[in-house]
Amino acid sequence: MSAHLSYGRVNLNILREAARKELREFLDKCAGSKAIVWDEYLTGPFGLIAQYSLLKEHEVEKMFTLKGGRLPAADVKNIIFFVRPRLELMDIIAENISEKNGRPPQMHSPRDFHILFVPRRSMLCEQRLKEQGVLGSFINIDEYILDLIPYDGDLLSMESEGAFRECYLESDQTSLYHTAKGLMTLQALYGTIPQIFGKGECARHVANMMLRMKREFAGSQTQILPVFDSLLLLDRNIDLLTPLATQLTYEGLIDEVYGITNGYAKLPPEKFAAQKKQGEVGKDLPTEPKKMQLNSAEELYAEIRDKNFNAIGAALSKKAKIISAAFEERHNAKTVGEIKQFVSQLPHMQAARSSLANHTSIAELIKDITTSEAFFDNLTVEQEFMTGVDTDKVNTYIEDCIAQKDPLIKILRLVCMQSVCNNGLKQKILDYYKREILQTYGYEHMLTLNNLEKTGLLKPQTSTRNNYPTIRKTLKLWMEDANEQNPNDISYVYSGYAPLSIRLTQVLARPGWRSIEEVLKMLPGPHFEERQQLPAGLHKKRQQGENRTTLVFFLGGVTYAEVAALRFLSQMEDGGTEYIIATTKLINGTSWIKSLMDRPEAP
Amino acid sequence: MFYVTHNPYISEHSEKLLTSLILYLLDCRWSVHDDVILLWQDYVSDWTPEETVKRMQQGKVYSLEKFRSLQDKLLLLDEAVNAHDGNVITAVLIYLKKSLSKEILFRELITREIALRHYIHYLKEIGEQKLLLMQYRDHLNVRDENKRRDFLKNCLSFPFSPDDATHVQDHYTLLERQIIIEANDKQVESSGQADIFKKYPRKASILNMPIITTLYYSCFYHYGESDGTFSSPANIRKTFRISDKQFLLTCLGARAKLKAWFDVDALFTTKNWLGYTKKRSPIGFHRIVDILQKNNAPVQVLQDYVNLVEDVEQKISLAQKYKCHDVIINTYRDLKDRQQLIVYRGKVERSSSEYRKIEEILSNSVRLWGEVSPRYRSRICFPSSKLNLNH
Repeated sequence: MSAHLSYGRVNLNILREAARKELREFLDKCAGSKAIVWDEYLTGPFGLIAQYSLLKEHEVEKMFTLKGGRLPAADVKNIIFFVRPRLELMDIIAENISEKNGRPPQMHSPRDFHILFVPRRSMLCEQRLKEQGVLGSFINIDEYILDLIPYDGDLLSMESEGAFRECYLESDQTSLYHTAKGLMTLQALYGTIPQIFGKGECARHVANMMLRMKREFAGSQTQILPVFDSLLLLDRNIDLLTPLATQLTYEGLIDEVYGITNGYAKLPPEKFAAQKKQGEVGKDLPTEPKKMQLNSAEELYAEIRDKNFNAIGAALSKKAKIISAAFEERHNAKTVGEIKQFVSQLPHMQAARSSLANHTSIAELIKDITTSEAFFDNLTVEQEFMTGVDTDKVNTYIEDCIAQKDPLIKILRLVCMQSVCNNGLKQKILDYYKREILQTYGYEHMLTLNNLEKTGLLKPQTSTRNNYPTIRKTLKLWMEDANEQNPNDISYVYSGYAPLSIRLTQVLARPGWRSIEEVLKMLPGPHFEERQQLPAGLHKKRQQGENRTTLVFFLGGVTYAEVAALRFLSQMEDGGTEYIIATTKLINGTSWIKSLMDRPEAP
Repeated sequence: MFYVTHNPYISEHSEKLLTSLILYLLDCRWSVHDDVILLWQDYVSDWTPEETVKRMQQGKVYSLEKFRSLQDKLLLLDEAVNAHDGNVITAVLIYLKKSLSKEILFRELITREIALRHYIHYLKEIGEQKLLLMQYRDHLNVRDENKRRDFLKNCLSFPFSPDDATHVQDHYTLLERQIIIEANDKQVESSGQADIFKKYPRKASILNMPIITTLYYSCFYHYGESDGTFSSPANIRKTFRISDKQFLLTCLGARAKLKAWFDVDALFTTKNWLGYTKKRSPIGFHRIVDILQKNNAPVQVLQDYVNLVEDVEQKISLAQKYKCHDVIINTYRDLKDRQQLIVYRGKVERSSSEYRKIEEILSNSVRLWGEVSPRYRSRICFPSSKLNLNH
């Protein structure tokens, strides 16, 4: 289940094991049979740490979802609530265990109640429980510090949905505090990181907090040889353009179209109907969306996930040939030994074949979308903006889309892109877009537009000139004729556009940020470098030709396309650096803009 | 130290004495005996909201701290509002601002217009107007449309930027009108008076719909009404300053849906000074053709509009897509393109009028055009894909 976490340069399994150990310890604290009542939001992230089997080992017999009313019947000694520290959930818990709802007939002996707050306890929540009169009923109240969750051998995420909004819209830096804490946990397991680089206000805050926390724990130095050579902290708002663009890698497109959550994607079931065996009558097509797990444990997926979608067809057909050839080997197996060997390979080959069938289906689904006129038109406009064409006029394609009442988020992505590439829109043009949007989609979206303005995504032009063309030229963000099949540059992930954030990372490694001082000044926030003292004797002696390991942390979100670009850099010959990627949240343009929308949920 | 017996009917004079004494002692940093404090608290805790407000109006000593629960606080506020004393209301609001979360306070103020007004004024005085802007969002929590309209009306006095203020004004006006239109139409529909509602029964209420949707609805059900009524397209266009483009597109969509082709024609027809009619449009005719086609317009209608497309390539491709034979034939004839005419002849039925027409043109062409080679090679091409997404 977690084998894929140890493939990379850094064994992230250690992190996962540490998390599992803590979970085990807590479960053992509540001795006896148990039932867990889950805050639904947590089931996803927890699934990446522990499966039901681990829970069963520790006497968890039943699991329920947290909801109002009375607790369902369960003949267990302990009831444990796994919840986020949110007030409304406290009310539900109180409802669950309150005497007021009337005791069910005594089917079981009195039970012990416990709470596990994830990721942290909260005074406010405990106060609320006290007000509800139930605080005293809990035996164990603990916190489970789940900050950074390993998603893959080189990818960590805090899955903090509100991080970007909190930091850049509401000036609330709580998530930065959690980030710093998460980094301290990492350093406790993988050694102190000797060099910290950063760009952006939030990056500066996180670095400051890390240094301060280090001083506070000065006594307990870990004697672990440092695994990471450096840490790079990047604010999302130094590169607002990249998440707005449509991703063009295989994994990126799956996320754009279907959404990937906690390493799973939900796909329309029609193409995945079970293979009909000979003579079997066709069953009814399944109506439930097919849930597919997507990580590097699946060999084929690891090979194709980061490719530009145009290169997928060739990759899949190549794989098909290899698998066919492997199956043909049975004709060559003459001796018993050879046959035995062939048979032992069969499960692997069959898994490969079913994996190929799945991804062929997914690729077909995505191709239907990428070959549509709508997709093409949208992409054309995106690329026009990225190359600086007509960013100072009202765009007729956007106008048409509004007139046709296309989904609002699509409109917002395009309009924000135009604004970012033009360093703000002329007042007249901004007003025009705003009015069209409000008239077509409703005046309540005024709030969203205000939020977008506050975060700098959709703002009026101030007097300062547009620096974007300069940045684009200096950092070579637009590479004409990007090679999608055999890429030689990170710009392949957007078929021509190199993500600004990744370019900065690339330049930092070689030749260093000093060479782009001017450009760095054009981007918001300070840039800095800090060094942390390592205990004597722990300095890493790097072998000749051995790569450095850099942890890149995106504060405010990162896209799969950017992850692909970093992986590309990692495997480049003479690249010199391998990257581990961490973020507050894995995002795409749609989920990102959605987090900035102001629309209370319908009850 | 002296003790005062707890007597609810303590005279005003004694009370003044008592409070002055305690304050004096506190000032002198003498410790006031705990019992005295307790007695004071006891004395104070007996005051109801009504009594407290009365004391406030009379300038007497009072204590708001004892109103701890939300319910008590709201009773206090309502009492203050009933007393109509602005200073008292504001004093209570200051206490509530300190002791309640923004969200809860605002939620309660939504339904208390007078208190809300005072609160807004107070916030402006202390320079915290920005707080109000966030509260605009709460209008989405108000379910009842009349209450929501009233809430929006209150929001009009918030210190929005001039732009945003216009939007909020429009929002309020729109909802106000929608309520009226909805009430009227519902009644007309149920009484069966109007044919349009019988043929096309309404699928949803117009409340809280965006303005363009409202305009579409109006063009659908209330087309042709004078601009004196709230429900007429003309009135909506004027009140909400809808652009010509948007107005045209929306009307077109609605009338096309109803297959009212004459109305569609009228949208584009203008008389020039000689009295000749001519069709004009602020948006490309190709867009209009698309919309008409989506609404299953008959070929004769489509044809007229395809004919008006200026770009020749586009015209031909649209005509081919929608089988407007006459347009194609006429265009090739005008371009003197024999080749294409011959090609196209092969595509139509031998016995059809189109075939005969082509034959006639071809036979006359030698006489009229001579052996002119086609000036124009028709090329149907779409912008070449930057990405080769066809693998």
